[in-house]
Formats: sequence, C-alpha cells, structure tokens
Amino acid sequence: MQKYILRRILIGIPVFFAITVIIFGLIEIAPGDITDYFIRPELNMTDEAKDEIRIRFGLDQPVTVRYGNWLLNVLRGDLGYRYTNGQPVGATIIQRLSATTLLAGTALAIGATIGVALGVFTALRQYSAWDFLLTGASFLGISIPSFVAGIIILFIFSINLGWFPAGGMRPVDREPTLLTTIHHLVLPALVLSLAPIANFMRYTRFSMLEVIRADYVRTARGQGLRDRRITWRHSFPNALLPVITLLGLSLPSLVVGAVFTETIFSWPGMGTLYLEAVNGRDVPLLMGMNLVIALVVLGANLLTDLAYGLADPRIRYD
Amino acid sequence: MTEPTQRPRASAPVVQMQNATDRRAAKRDDKRALRRFIRNRAAVVALVILAVLVLATVAAPLIQRYQYEQIDLRARSSPPTAEHWFGTDRVGRDIWSRLLNGGQVSLLVGFGATLVSTLIGTVLGALSGYYRGWVDMVIMRVTDVFMTFPSIIIMLTLAAMLPRSVWTIVFIIGALSWTGTARVVRSQILSLREQEFILACRALGYGDARIIIVHILPNVFGSLVALVTFAIGSAILTEAGLSFLGLGVPPPTPSWGNMLEAARNLDILRNLPWMWVPPAIMLVLTVLCVNFIGDGVRDAVDPRMVL
Repeated sequence: MQKYILRRILIGIPVFFAITVIIFGLIEIAPGDITDYFIRPELNMTDEAKDEIRIRFGLDQPVTVRYGNWLLNVLRGDLGYRYTNGQPVGATIIQRLSATTLLAGTALAIGATIGVALGVFTALRQYSAWDFLLTGASFLGISIPSFVAGIIILFIFSINLGWFPAGGMRPVDREPTLLTTIHHLVLPALVLSLAPIANFMRYTRFSMLEVIRADYVRTARGQGLRDRRITWRHSFPNALLPVITLLGLSLPSLVVGAVFTETIFSWPGMGTLYLEAVNGRDVPLLMGMNLVIALVVLGANLLTDLAYGLADPRIRYD
Repeated sequence: MTEPTQRPRASAPVVQMQNATDRRAAKRDDKRALRRFIRNRAAVVALVILAVLVLATVAAPLIQRYQYEQIDLRARSSPPTAEHWFGTDRVGRDIWSRLLNGGQVSLLVGFGATLVSTLIGTVLGALSGYYRGWVDMVIMRVTDVFMTFPSIIIMLTLAAMLPRSVWTIVFIIGALSWTGTARVVRSQILSLREQEFILACRALGYGDARIIIVHILPNVFGSLVALVTFAIGSAILTEAGLSFLGLGVPPPTPSWGNMLEAARNLDILRNLPWMWVPPAIMLVLTVLCVNFIGDGVRDAVDPRMVL
C-alpha cells in the first residue's frame, strides 16, 4: 500500500513537471510584448520604461533561466507576485480557492447524493415511466452546457422570480453571515451540480442494473430475503463501488464548469481569477493557478484510487 | 475497450483471396449495423433535424435577408418584426442572419476541430499500438497528462495568446481533444496486429506504413464512428464556451457562442431575450441531435454496450 502511494506520487512528479513546462512554453511562444500588459494601453510607454520593467521582473533573462528561477521559488513555497497589481500570487490563490472549494464542493456533494439516489431509483424500475423520464432528463443534463443552463437558471430564479441574488458571494449592504452566503450559493451550486447529478445517476443506474442481475443477488432472492434487504444490504454497496471512481473523475469537469458558472454568477473564485490572469497575461498568476489545478486533480485521482482500495477489499495494490 | 466488432478487411490481392468470405461477412455486418441504426427512431429523427440545420446554415446566403454584419441604424435592439424576423442586436444587426451564419461557423468549428483531433489521435494511437515499447510508453504518458488536466484550461490560455481567428479556434480545440481517439485506436491496433492477415502482410514484405494505413486503419474506423460523432458535439460546445467567455471566435464573425455572450449583460438577459434565446436553443438542439446520433451509432456498431 505504502509502496503504491509512493509510486503514484513518483509518477505524478513528471506529469506535474510536464504541465508547468507546457504552460510556460505556451506563454513564451505567444506573440506580442508582455510589457504592454503592465500599463494601461492608453499610456504610451517609452522603450526605456519597458526595458526597466523587463529588468525589474527579470524578463530580460533567457526562458530557461526564468523557468528555473520560477521552479526554485516554487520549491521554496514562493509563487511570486502578480504582474498586474503586484500582490502575492499564493495569497490571492488561497483566497479564491476557498470560494471555489465551497462552490464546487457543494455542487459535488449535491450531485453525488441526488445522482446516486436517482440512479438506484431508476435501476429498480427499469423501463418504467419514471425510468424513461429521469434517464431522458439525465441525457439533457449531459447535453446542455453549463453556460446555457446557467443563464437560464439565472434568468428564471433570479431575474424573473427574484428569489436569489444575481451574482457575487456576499450582500453589498451588510456583513456576510452563513445565511447570506447560502443564499448566494444556491443558484451557482445548482448549475454546477447539474452535470454531476446526470453523470452519477447514469453511472449508478448502469452499475446497479449489473449487480441486481448477479448470481449472488438471485441466491439472496432464492433464500427468501425481503426486497429491501436485498437492495440495500446486498446490491447497493456493490453497485456503489465503481461510482467511487467517478468522484475523482468529476474533478476536471468541475474545474471547467466552475469557470463558466463563476463567470455567470460573478463568483469570486478560481474560475474568474483564471480569466483575469489569461486576459491580463499575468504569467506568475497563470503558472501558480495551473500548478494548483494540477495538484488538485492529481491528488484527487490518487485519493480516489486509495478510497476504492479501502472500499473494495478485492483490490490489491502492488 | 471491447474486442473489434467487425472482421478485418484486407485489400492485398493474396490476402484478399484468403479473406473473401471474411470480406463478405464484414459487408453483412455493416448492413446489419445500418439497419440497427435506422430502427433507432430517436437517432433517425435527430439525424433529420441535424441535416435540416446543416442545410439551413449552408444555404444562409439564400434565406438570409440581410448580411450578418450589416447594421440597420433605424432598428437597433428591435424585437422581432416583419422586417427582422428574429429582431436585431444592440448595433442593429439582423439576428436571423447572424443565427444562420453563426451556425455555419459553429458547425465548421465542430467538424474542423474533430477532423484535426481525429487525425492526431489516429496517428498517435497507431504509432503507440503498432510499435509498442518505448514509443507506446511516451505517447501514453503524454496522453495521461492531457487526460488528467482539464483541457479547456489550456485552451483558454492558448486562445488568449494566439492571434484570434476561426482557424485558431479549430486548431486549439482539435489539438487538445485527441486523447480519447488515441486510446481507442491504440487498443484496437494492439489486438489487430496479432492477427493472421497482418502476419501475411509481413510475409509479403509490406512496409510498416502500408500495413498500418492500408490494412489496419480501415478496420479501426468502425469503432471510431461513435467517438467521432460525440467529438463533434463536444467541439461545438467547446467553441461556444470559449466564445461565451470572450476568447473564441472573434467578432464581428458570429457564432452561436459569441451571440450567447450577450446574455452575460444583465440588461440584455432581462429585457432583450430575442438576442440570446435563439442561439441557446440552436446550440442545445444541435448538441442533443449529435448525442442522439452518437448513441444510435454506438448501439448499432456495438450492440453489446448498453448504458
């Protein structure tokens, strides 16, 4: 087990390295002068002023040196400072990451619970009206992109019905309390949970349908056990096993969904920050964020594997 | 992945003779798959709707009443009227015309990006599966990197850095969506390369390129059809997403995504629904159709898969 974890982490390192090199390389080969992004475009900068900026931020050095410096600083725990406003990258990311964690965590929790529940529900009633209705709805949930779902939900529940605020994370006139935060969280979390609900439902339904046809379930039935006991004691836990994998697999799509959802609902999280970084060509911020995203995704994959092993004693790591 | 569903088809004369019965069987399999697809009513309806949509966007110059970039100053933000069937946007451009032309762009990006990604995926998958060893190792590790990291994130960075045009978007989406194809092609080739007709090809002294392109790849395409269909839908959505964030198809060229971007303005979202509802409907309709067709194709080609 320990050996397995160690190996996975060791495999993770080159992946990690590759991602940072790719992103750094992409930014490097991009056409245009990066110093143009430091000052508002209306202000005409002299070439000397631009050179000064280059020297101050170390941009006059070759790529390899800059990448090396960046990597060394990261190992020391320093992600550098933003080009656009000079704030520390690490602190900015931590602040925004907590907002996204709240949003994405809620969405994933909603998605997994409702999705699994609906999956079991439909699997037990295969080919019934409920099954068709919900399977059809899950098809919609997968096909409708989060930005379309987002603007429709914003249009209905915030603009027309006025039940929830149209954006942001806290009220403008008061101090945020738990209640106001939940109030602001409902719509974006709902939008972000649609895809996970649909995915978890389809996955659970499929896996449940496999399990209830298994020999040991027939045996249980033959022994005269009650339906409820067969479903919840014998079938459900086994059907749930492959669904665990989906928890880890959902993470990349949650990150992507968060970019759109946060944009629509002006949620001050990683998604909106990433767009700021991209539009302002804030290289240290971009690198820092990609690093964090890669860490989170790789970490989630590892955790999922381990959780699967804990839940299913048949799995051996070696 | 499952075992290859159709029988291998070889076209070299000698091999052809040996495999004449196999080839007939393969043809029969194709016909069966086609019949199964036609029996799937949802998929056929979706195919018809999609065909109409494609035709309408291609015929845009014939059925549009204004140029998509033509500005009607007397009718800015006009609701649907006899003159402008779907209304106009804030600068007075005809929504109906922009919807048709935007569809052209969206579909173009969908098909173009899928072509690019399928090409890349097939080449990498073929190399990986045919040569195995360290080639396979390197390619599969690279695939892992691209699979674990959410590709839209890299696309956003790329889209902001590269010169903006429709072709840039096609390239960006295509260049970052090949992992699924590469894996399927690889797994198919891993099993195909062990079969006798490949041994026969080797015995005849054919080169690797000829074996891969002429004898192996035609057998892989069947398992790719469903994947390619889904890829088109996902590429259309990706373009729309990038454009929605303002990093996709650059204005004034319309696409369903950048028409939808208007809805990010709360005033337009609230008061001027004719500007964002039509592209939203078209987008969802198209992707639903593509997904239904993909489901139909998958069931027809590989009836054992049920989900």
